[in-house]
Amino acid sequence: MAYLKKSPWILHYDGSSCNGCDIEVLACLTPMYDVERFGIVNTGNPKHADILLITGSINEQNIEVVKNLYSQMPNPKVVVAIGICATSGGVFRECYNVMGGVDKVIPVDVYVPGCAARPESIIDGVVKALGILEQKKTEMDKKR
Amino acid sequence: MNILYGLIYLLLAPIVGGIIIGLDRKVTARMQGRVGPPIRQPFYDVLKLFEKEKLAVAPSQNVFVLGYIIFMAFAGALFFSGGDFLLVIFALTLSHIFLVLAAYSASSAYGFIGAERELIQLMAFEPMILLVASGMYLATRSFYVSDIVGTAKPLILLLPGLFLGLLFVLTLKMRKSPFDLSTSHHGHQEIVKGITTEFTGSTLGRVEIAHWYETVLIMGFVYIFFGFSMPLALAAVALTYFLEILVDNTYPRFKWHLALKSAWLAALVFGMANLTVLWYFVRGGP
Repeated sequence: MAYLKKSPWILHYDGSSCNGCDIEVLACLTPMYDVERFGIVNTGNPKHADILLITGSINEQNIEVVKNLYSQMPNPKVVVAIGICATSGGVFRECYNVMGGVDKVIPVDVYVPGCAARPESIIDGVVKALGILEQKKTEMDKKR
Repeated sequence: MNILYGLIYLLLAPIVGGIIIGLDRKVTARMQGRVGPPIRQPFYDVLKLFEKEKLAVAPSQNVFVLGYIIFMAFAGALFFSGGDFLLVIFALTLSHIFLVLAAYSASSAYGFIGAERELIQLMAFEPMILLVASGMYLATRSFYVSDIVGTAKPLILLLPGLFLGLLFVLTLKMRKSPFDLSTSHHGHQEIVKGITTEFTGSTLGRVEIAHWYETVLIMGFVYIFFGFSMPLALAAVALTYFLEILVDNTYPRFKWHLALKSAWLAALVFGMANLTVLWYFVRGGP
């Protein structure tokens, strides 16, 4: 029995977004959507987190930060790119300092497009990520 | 002393503690106008932590965390089997020292601040609980929990000040606002998760289980004031916990200066005043 699906803890990182998607991520925690119903907690600590939510594109300044956060998370872990900027770079794609989407730096498991992504679709993306998290867990056990 | 109760505590305290924390999260959510997680959520959290990869900056932290949970369980088992109250207090302190050592061993800035604040919290907690032990001795002529809880005297009427002082410092031990200095239940704050920042997977799970043991133990501290009537005692424990949740949701976090000063002031005013009056009457007046 996998308990990973019942208690996914989230780490939220803002790459270089306009803050629209961040507000929508935080909206998921408010009484309106209350994702803690499903055991989802915003930890703010990579060492406690199972799911990394990234909003905004990756720029030259935060490549190392994103890599660092990702490598500090214990396995199994999944990455969800939220909003069109995190998915592909969005309107900032051509900027001189922007690398593009999150998948340029770390492997992304779920893409949630939108500008800004709606709380419903963010929750939907996290639920998809839970399925992948469980798959990764079974693969991890096989390797042992 | 009755070893059987101690063994029952060792087996059941994690379950009872987990349910209490689950109810706590539910009531907290309702106070904030949310639905909240299911009551069994804390068990899901800990079982999940045991499924995660084991990562440790310094392997010694795992040994120290093991010391934390062992001494916490020892303190609780000693308390519930009716052992020496003073030894319970010392074992409780020692277990927290192990947690501080674990946090120091990772040499992380956040863990470091959490560990220092945990030591300050210990300093704030200790005088009051020692005054409670001496008050219990004055009232019952024994440091043994079995004698204290078995006495027919209504201790709450003899030691009301000590009870109020204990209520004040219990918040420190329950890691609740305004005294959640060393670690917080909610992330995204200035010290990340403070003392538990560097713990991952099963190590964090053990810290959580130790906290369940501790929750049941400190509810036992409340219980012994009402040892003469079991229904009243259980009602007092439930009411105390509800008040703790209410305070948790209505107060912001104190700075450590204020936490230390106010805890010592509570110990001095409520504790010493109560002890002085009690001492006067125990001596048989002038």
